[in-house]
Amino acid sequence: MGWIGEQIDSIKSLQFRQVLTQAISLGMIVTSALIIWKGLMCVTGSESPVVVVLSGSMEPGFKRGDILFLHMSKDPIRAGEIVVFNLDEREIPIVHRVIKVHERQDTEEVDILTKGDNNLGDDRLLYAQGQLWLQRRHIMGRAVGFLPYVGWVTIIMTEKPIIKYILIGALGLLVITSKE
Amino acid sequence: MHSVMLRANALLTFSVTILALMCAMASLSDNFNSPSPTAQVQVLNIYRFQKKRNGDDEVSLTFNMSANLQSLFTWNTKQVFVFLAAEYETPKNALNQISLWDSILPSKEDAKFWIQTTNKYSFVDQGSNLQNKDFNLTLHWHVMPKTGKMFADKIAMTGFRLPETYR
Repeated sequence: MGWIGEQIDSIKSLQFRQVLTQAISLGMIVTSALIIWKGLMCVTGSESPVVVVLSGSMEPGFKRGDILFLHMSKDPIRAGEIVVFNLDEREIPIVHRVIKVHERQDTEEVDILTKGDNNLGDDRLLYAQGQLWLQRRHIMGRAVGFLPYVGWVTIIMTEKPIIKYILIGALGLLVITSKE
Repeated sequence: MHSVMLRANALLTFSVTILALMCAMASLSDNFNSPSPTAQVQVLNIYRFQKKRNGDDEVSLTFNMSANLQSLFTWNTKQVFVFLAAEYETPKNALNQISLWDSILPSKEDAKFWIQTTNKYSFVDQGSNLQNKDFNLTLHWHVMPKTGKMFADKIAMTGFRLPETYR
C-alpha cells in the first residue's frame, strides 16, 4: 500500500481530541493571519496596506509581480510621490506617479495629475470622461516600500485557480494527517 | 515520509526567514549613505507665453541643467527617478507643482549629466496668474531600491521670473 495506505490509516485512526487540536491550530493560523492584516491596516492607515503590481506601466521601477507597501497619512500629497488611486468606475486600483499638484489656499482640496513612468502620456485617458484631475478621495495610499517578485504568488493564484485549489487541498491534507 | 516533509518545511521556513532578514538589512544599510547631490538650472528662453482659450496661462520654455546625483546610488539602488518641477503660489492655490521634465537614471554612470531641453509636460496654470510671477525650479529625486524603503529629496532653486507680457 505504501504511502497512500499509511495516510488513509492515519486518517482512520484519528481521535476526537486530535481532530480538535488540529482544528484549533488551523484556526490559530487563519486568525493570526487576519490579525496581522488588520494590524497593518491600523498602522498604515490604508485600506489595503500591501498591493501587487499588475501592469508594466511603472517599469523599470516596478515590474509585474512586485509588492508595494502603502502608507496613508494626513500629509499633503506632493509631486513625485507614487500613489495608489481608485477611480470611480474602475475596480482595480492603479499605481502611478504624481506629476502635477494644485493645492487650494484655505481648504484641503487638491487637484492631482498622475502618470506611469513607462507611459508616454499622462493618465487623463484613464480617468473618467471629462475628468481632468484626481481629488484626495481617490487616493488610497502612497507607496513607501518595495519587495520584488513576492506578488507572483497571488498573481498565479488569481489567474490559475486550479493551482490555488491544489495548494489549499494539499495543505489541508497535511494538517489532517500530520501528528505532533 | 513525514520526516522528509518536516525537513523540507524547516528548510523553506529557514531560507525565507534569512531572505527576509537580508532584505531588511539591505534596506537599512541605505541609511548609512549621506548623499550630497548638486544641480544648476538655467532658463534659456521662454519662447511661448500666452493665455489659452479657456483662460489659463500656458508657458513653453527651454532650459539647461547640469546635475550630479551619483552620491545617491548605493548597492541597493535599482534606479533613481529624477524630475524638474516648477513651483509657485497663486491667490487661488497655496502650492502649484508642475513637472516640466523627468528621467530615469538606471545607473551611477548616468547620474552625472548635462541636458538642454524644452518642457516635456505642459506648463499650464489654473487661471491666469503667471504674468510677472516668481517661481522656483526644484529638482526632485526618488530613489527606488532593489528592495525595501524608498527615499526622496529635492534641491530648490529660486529666483526665476516669468515675463510681464505674453509673447
